[in-house]
Amino acid sequence: MGKLDKFVQVGRVAFIANGADSGKVCAIAEIVDQNRVLIDGPCTGVRRQVCDMKRLHLTGFHLPLPHSSRTAVVRRKWLAAKLDERWTGTSWAKKLEARRLRASMTDFDRFRCARAKQIRNRIVSVAMGSLRKTSSAKLRKPNKKRHLRKA
Amino acid sequence: MAPKAQKKPQGKQMAKSSAPHKPKNSAINASRLMKYSRARIFQRKAAYKVKKVKTPAKKSAEKAAAAAFVVKKIGGDKNGGERKVYKKTPKSLPTQVASRKVQLRPKKTFKKHVRRIRSNLAPGAVLILLAGRHKGKRVVLLKQLESGLLLVTGPRKLNGCPLRRVSQRYVIGTKTRIDISKVALPERLNDAYFRRQRSAKKSAASAGGSADIFAKSDAAYAVSAERREDQAAVDKALMGAIKASGDGPMLRSYLRSLFSIKSGQRPHAMVF
Repeated sequence: MGKLDKFVQVGRVAFIANGADSGKVCAIAEIVDQNRVLIDGPCTGVRRQVCDMKRLHLTGFHLPLPHSSRTAVVRRKWLAAKLDERWTGTSWAKKLEARRLRASMTDFDRFRCARAKQIRNRIVSVAMGSLRKTSSAKLRKPNKKRHLRKA
Repeated sequence: MAPKAQKKPQGKQMAKSSAPHKPKNSAINASRLMKYSRARIFQRKAAYKVKKVKTPAKKSAEKAAAAAFVVKKIGGDKNGGERKVYKKTPKSLPTQVASRKVQLRPKKTFKKHVRRIRSNLAPGAVLILLAGRHKGKRVVLLKQLESGLLLVTGPRKLNGCPLRRVSQRYVIGTKTRIDISKVALPERLNDAYFRRQRSAKKSAASAGGSADIFAKSDAAYAVSAERREDQAAVDKALMGAIKASGDGPMLRSYLRSLFSIKSGQRPHAMVF
């Protein structure tokens, strides 16, 4: 259990995990009761609606919203806070995007990816090999009797 | 049944030559209830004026009489040279005329079957073969033949798969496309071209000839000259098309490689 710093509060930016709007972020505009909140995401295409807390994952972002703000106000605050860029800059969003890209790869894309990895790995291993060689040559003590040893 | 008969043009001779005119009867609803009854349409068409032409005696009766016996030649002298071999009466004769069932949707012969193709399979698509000699290979779809089978080729230069027919059931259609609009396929590539040739000896044996049934099976398959020719022509054009498409070198090595499912990959969740 980590730091209790993400609160269910008006203005908290939340990520919708399932349902029709899954994958989108929205702001909490009002708290309905223990389990439900009123969410609104005018800039991300989320309609103003009541949502169960179980569907939401709280993010670290918080908007300075007065409670029961209408959609226009939410939009204004969202744009002012540049939340779209801030969200896509988080590693959370980046991981989601990477997952989405990986899932949408075609057979040819997968081949290209594997081939690119192979080429990179070969470059790395060749470089590694030459480094190993030079370092081992440095470490080895010059042994005069080496050449007299029988094969 | 009756309304449909009315719609047909008169089979009997007409006094005047008539150009096709609008039908005098028409359907008044979707289940083809006709506006005019059979008697009424008889009046409207003035069919009473049409003289009935006597239809010639049925030829089948003549045929039956003629085919009562067959004249066969026999050998040996003093035998008359020929015999009349009478047809045997059938073992059972029907006592009732079999009622003809109206075939509203008659059984279609195989040739008339509708051939469908999956929407993601278009000429130029890269396919993954899942069965057969070339399973795992990535090949290029050239076209769908009349039988419904797909005509594919490796190209043979890249992965050894020749011009070949393949069922679309044993194929994964990938999203990768090659522009083969400039690839001219030889005209003779059709189902008859790819049909398996049965040896003449075997067919004689099956017909009841005196062929030795223990004879060795026919010689190993040898590629015909026309196959080589067509393969070379198609390969050349296809390699050109691959080169011209974006990422040519990668596409070439892609077609050379084999497909396999790795650990952790789930085909139903994968995009091809």
